[in-house]
Amino acid sequence: MTSPRVVITGVGAISPLGLTAQDLWDGLINGRSGIGHITAFDPAGFACQLAGQVPEYKLRNHIPKSSRKAAKLMSRDIQLCVIAANEALRHAEFNTPGMENDNPITLNPTRTAVILGAGLISCDLEELAPAVAASLKNGQFDLQQWGLEGIQHVTPLWLLKYLPNMLACHISLIHDIQGPSNTITCAEASGHLAVIEATQIIQRGCADAALCGGTEAKVNPIVLARQSLINRATSQSNHAPDQACRPFDTNATGSVFGEGAGLLVLESLDKAQTRQAPILAEIVGFGQSNCLNTPYENLEADGMGVQIALSKAIEKAGLSPDQIDLIIPHGTGVPRDDTAENAALSAIFGDSLGKIPVLPTKSMLSNTGTAAGALDLITAVKVIQEARIPAAINCTDKAPNCHLAICSEQLEKPIRHVLSCSYSYGGQTTAVILKTPLGKTQ
Amino acid sequence: MSDTQKKRIVITGMGIVSPIGHDIETAWQAMLSGKSGVAPTTIFDASTMPTQFSAEVKNFDLSRFIQNTDKHAQGNRGSQFVVAATAQACKQAKIDTETTTPTDSIDRTRLGVYLGAGEGSVDNDVFFKALAQAWNPEERTMDWATWAKVAFGQMTPSHELEQEPNMPASHVAMLTGARGPTRSCLTACAASTQAVGEAMSILRSGDADVMIAGGAHSMIHPLGVMGFNRLTALSTRNESPETASRPFSGSRDGFVIGEGAAALILETLESAQKRGVTILGELVGYGSTADAFRVTDMHDEARGAIAALQAALQDAKIDKEDIDYINAHGTSTLENDSIETLAVKGVFGPDAGSTPVSSVKGTMGHLIGAAGAAELISCVMALRDNTIPPTMNLHDPDPILDLDYVPNAPRQADLNIIINESFGFGGQNNVVILKRFEA
Repeated sequence: MTSPRVVITGVGAISPLGLTAQDLWDGLINGRSGIGHITAFDPAGFACQLAGQVPEYKLRNHIPKSSRKAAKLMSRDIQLCVIAANEALRHAEFNTPGMENDNPITLNPTRTAVILGAGLISCDLEELAPAVAASLKNGQFDLQQWGLEGIQHVTPLWLLKYLPNMLACHISLIHDIQGPSNTITCAEASGHLAVIEATQIIQRGCADAALCGGTEAKVNPIVLARQSLINRATSQSNHAPDQACRPFDTNATGSVFGEGAGLLVLESLDKAQTRQAPILAEIVGFGQSNCLNTPYENLEADGMGVQIALSKAIEKAGLSPDQIDLIIPHGTGVPRDDTAENAALSAIFGDSLGKIPVLPTKSMLSNTGTAAGALDLITAVKVIQEARIPAAINCTDKAPNCHLAICSEQLEKPIRHVLSCSYSYGGQTTAVILKTPLGKTQ
Repeated sequence: MSDTQKKRIVITGMGIVSPIGHDIETAWQAMLSGKSGVAPTTIFDASTMPTQFSAEVKNFDLSRFIQNTDKHAQGNRGSQFVVAATAQACKQAKIDTETTTPTDSIDRTRLGVYLGAGEGSVDNDVFFKALAQAWNPEERTMDWATWAKVAFGQMTPSHELEQEPNMPASHVAMLTGARGPTRSCLTACAASTQAVGEAMSILRSGDADVMIAGGAHSMIHPLGVMGFNRLTALSTRNESPETASRPFSGSRDGFVIGEGAAALILETLESAQKRGVTILGELVGYGSTADAFRVTDMHDEARGAIAALQAALQDAKIDKEDIDYINAHGTSTLENDSIETLAVKGVFGPDAGSTPVSSVKGTMGHLIGAAGAAELISCVMALRDNTIPPTMNLHDPDPILDLDYVPNAPRQADLNIIINESFGFGGQNNVVILKRFEA
């Protein structure tokens, strides 16, 4: 049984470090933090007043004229996804109807899949507030008033802005993509899971190409309140945003949340070669499992679920640990989870672990939820392409018992394989291994 | 992978928590007899909403299904329902639950979970209170400090966590000790059919031996009903809730929102035979497509639905002539039932009228993300009993809908191959094909 080999031929990223994948890379290589004080709303009453926010953009510049009407239905999650998808498809040198030119369409609608990780899209509270205000009786919210009066103040198509699958819907519409379509909602593991599923769809012959990855806009009061309530957000670093998120550091006090989208174009090697597409990296291994822990929002102390995902990925890739040249961990800055992830990596890599550079990215990117794993895979692609590993920031005093060789300075070296780890609060765990494309190194 | 090498995937266990029963047999008998699960809404005061009724899961008691509810009692409604459904399915498939030392010979790293599951409800009282207090109607601005004071003071951490749509899958993993591939998807009303199809694909790929596949959802809450009401997607037949869900009828006026969960144990044939468990049916085909048409509407010529049907038939290597019955999405909305009829005609051509098509939503309501898996269970039961469940409340046929919808009474038929269809907002189309198992 031989499955087709699956390669990455395009990437698109919008993140706190900028509006493109190149901005992401430039930010990482320069050790820049995209974390700052929240400007999307006044966070004065919030324990954590920091977030990774995407710089200002004009949606109009990223969507075709024909989509301007549909843009009214694009929540911020959808906007970010649409922008990154546009970049990824162009990077892969695909021409679609959404690009509004006279060149022949080169993306086959029915042989292309869209598999995205998306979050629980939280509604725009300011949009809903007038409806709630119209539902008061004696100063209190009243459900009967809500039914009689309040709901009339909500725009009729309200729900369609917040269904997680609407990200895929808009992208399918803009670029005319009619093949397999799925939306994976496993919190921070979703980006990886979408890439894994897209890989499998190509391997089983149901598509020639897939647009996959993850998007989430977590800079929303209710999302950030939720992360504070479950003790994942730092509350002690409001004075020093760029030092706030400290994966694997002794002084870590929690994660900082943010927004972004990471999209990748996958293709069967065969089809990519036929159309002479740029081949950026190959997906050679992936693994999935679960942590079984209560409370659900934390990993088990030994990171068993992460261990299983790692070992399955390495087994599938047919590699020995010493063939991995870089590990991008999930590394959130939540001390308990970082300790567990360290335990899992230690169990799988043993003595080799101290020799493999480790690059946590959330110190610079923030925790972008369902986008996180996809942005890390895009980082891996860039590392392979540039043969350079950025230096980590904010891990100046490594946590006790942390065995990871956190990159303290930038490294230049040929990269054979990069392993990226991801997990969700809730327990889903993943690992993905990328390999340098044919003809490079090896 | 060449077709000849596709692993065979079978169903070995099922469980359901639905508005018409908290076990398979009760729900199935209700589908056959037409006993409705629809009634005035009690979960919240919906007495002034455009739609004042729904298909609720009533009298649910998790402790009837599992020994120790501690790890699941904080779960949202969908999570608790799917834990109960999974417990039933595992019992039937002889899979141990609630133990760290299972003796069922299934390697837990090869036992996975794939759900089509929805988000949990917001913490309504606090959610609305915080908004009401923080909104300044004169300046039309939010006072976020006030909002934060209410939110941080009154929201409960577990309730916030349990809103995340991955949590039902987390609870299923916790119940069963599953350490294999685990995903959860949310493609609107097509989600759990997609979950079944993708779980089948994971088994075929060799990454797992057993998958727990299914769905869980409850949107019967003030924001969910408001959202669907504003879209005018729900029936407003408040004077007659029990007959409001009337798929394919000329007087249909929208779907009836329901809630529930369904779980199926999917397994490689090899694993099922090795374990010596009873095989209930075989999954032979799966197709998934996107309409890529409009945000608000299904494709007007059913392009995506037709493509999904064709993809599933091709995957199954089955001729359309061999299909004995189609379990329709049949939501009772004007649009879905018309477009779905077009899709069946588009695939089956002039003979479409000779293939029975029915929707069980007339009795069960629409379980949203959980609908597809719950309806696949009805397909397995149809195979078992050689009986097609009827489309209830179909007394005034829509003159332009001219398929055989099996109205109002169950029908005996020799059933071997059944199609299950699910479609979702945003143009999601998923189809799976079920076949009577033959060794």
